[in-house]
Amino acid sequence: MQQTSSSTPIVSLRDVQKSFGSLKVLDGVSFTVERGEVLAIIGRSGSGKSTALRCIDRFEKVDGGEISVCGRRVDLPDVDLRALRQDVGIVFQSYNLFPHLTIEQNITLAPCSVKRMGLAEAKALAHKVLAQVGLEEKIHAYPEQLSGGQQQRAAIARSLAMQPKVMLFDEVTSALDPELTGEVLKVIEQLAADGMTMVMVTHEMGFARSIADRIVFMHRGKVHETGPASILTAPTTPELVQFVGTGNLKS
Amino acid sequence: MNIELDFPAVLERWPNFLGGTILTLELAFLATVSGALLGTLAAVGRGAHSRLIARICKIYVEAIRNTPLLVQIFLVYFGLASIGLKLSAFTVAVVALTINVGAYTAEIMRAGFEAIPRGQIEAAEGLALTRFQIYWHIILLPAVEKVYPALTSQFVLLMLASSVCSQISAEELTAVANYVQSDTYRAFETYIIVAVLYILLSLVMRAGFWGLGLVLFPRRRRLGTAL
Repeated sequence: MQQTSSSTPIVSLRDVQKSFGSLKVLDGVSFTVERGEVLAIIGRSGSGKSTALRCIDRFEKVDGGEISVCGRRVDLPDVDLRALRQDVGIVFQSYNLFPHLTIEQNITLAPCSVKRMGLAEAKALAHKVLAQVGLEEKIHAYPEQLSGGQQQRAAIARSLAMQPKVMLFDEVTSALDPELTGEVLKVIEQLAADGMTMVMVTHEMGFARSIADRIVFMHRGKVHETGPASILTAPTTPELVQFVGTGNLKS
Repeated sequence: MNIELDFPAVLERWPNFLGGTILTLELAFLATVSGALLGTLAAVGRGAHSRLIARICKIYVEAIRNTPLLVQIFLVYFGLASIGLKLSAFTVAVVALTINVGAYTAEIMRAGFEAIPRGQIEAAEGLALTRFQIYWHIILLPAVEKVYPALTSQFVLLMLASSVCSQISAEELTAVANYVQSDTYRAFETYIIVAVLYILLSLVMRAGFWGLGLVLFPRRRRLGTAL
């Protein structure tokens, strides 16, 4: 069943509030992501950008506001978490591959046990998604035999195997050196070219500028500016002026 | 000082020793398998959302860890008898040892569960796996792997501690020793032989666990980091 028409956004946050104890992390955050769009969330450490992303997949419960993902209200307590997480793929900074499973087993686990896919079909799927990230030759390796960049690409492949409608990337290159960062960004670029809807929290300003259809700039739990990549070169709020002025724009 | 040892007189009774050794091994095997199961369930239970279940598991673990095995054996022995359950000494021994080793296993497994990085579980949740699937596919085996040496030592200790079951006349190795030495009046020789047999049993168990580790943790075999 198609729950979203082309006119309604795949992800929408409206006035989202979230506190950890007395610390207000999200203070009325609103943005939307359209089908096929690539949205980059930028901002300083502690600006709430990762928390905003995690709220989309309900790794954090919000205190107020509304979040809709693929026509499903994520902020409501009775949300079907497993259905939500089949629609949403998430990739983390620390890869989080399962160390005791081969790359192939990492990828086939969820399709087999969540979607009840046959093993042969799941293995064919694993080949396909690994080809997408250029890692076919590592299919029988264990995660610890891979470099950081390769592990992150494998983690992206694992998410892709669930055929999500939207992918979330939470600072996926922050643990990698520039060379390995490059190979991961190339994979994400290819996904964008294939039309995948993506939300990414990133510190790679150059990459955000080149790939993102829209940029959300967050500062102290608030969205200060939203717009096309050109907002980075012509910022209007003092906070973004300062942010891009502190050398963050080097690519 | 002059020690006279007469082993042949005692070794004549080898069929008794063999029987006792086999029974001890059976006891250890059954209690290990069921204790591992019980302990894992109790470890999962201690992390349960339900306060009541977590509480019950904690009380079980603490009660067992703070009472002597012999007392536990008597409690099971007389407890089951008082509710009209007539069980063999062997069955009582298996039940008591299972309950005992289950509590220690629960503590070890809990440490293993806690050593699983939170990110692993989030990744699994992000892939829409159920809570049970996460325990089964993501947590259980890596947790066992992390605590495997502690776990296997515990099971070897259990085998050695099963000697206490001689008190309810389960015909295990120590019970056999007790009546062989009273028949032959050769106590020292008898217990030397029994000690050697316990050492052999320990070695057999350790070899068994080593082999099981190879099967359970294929990654370690592949990467040459066997336990």
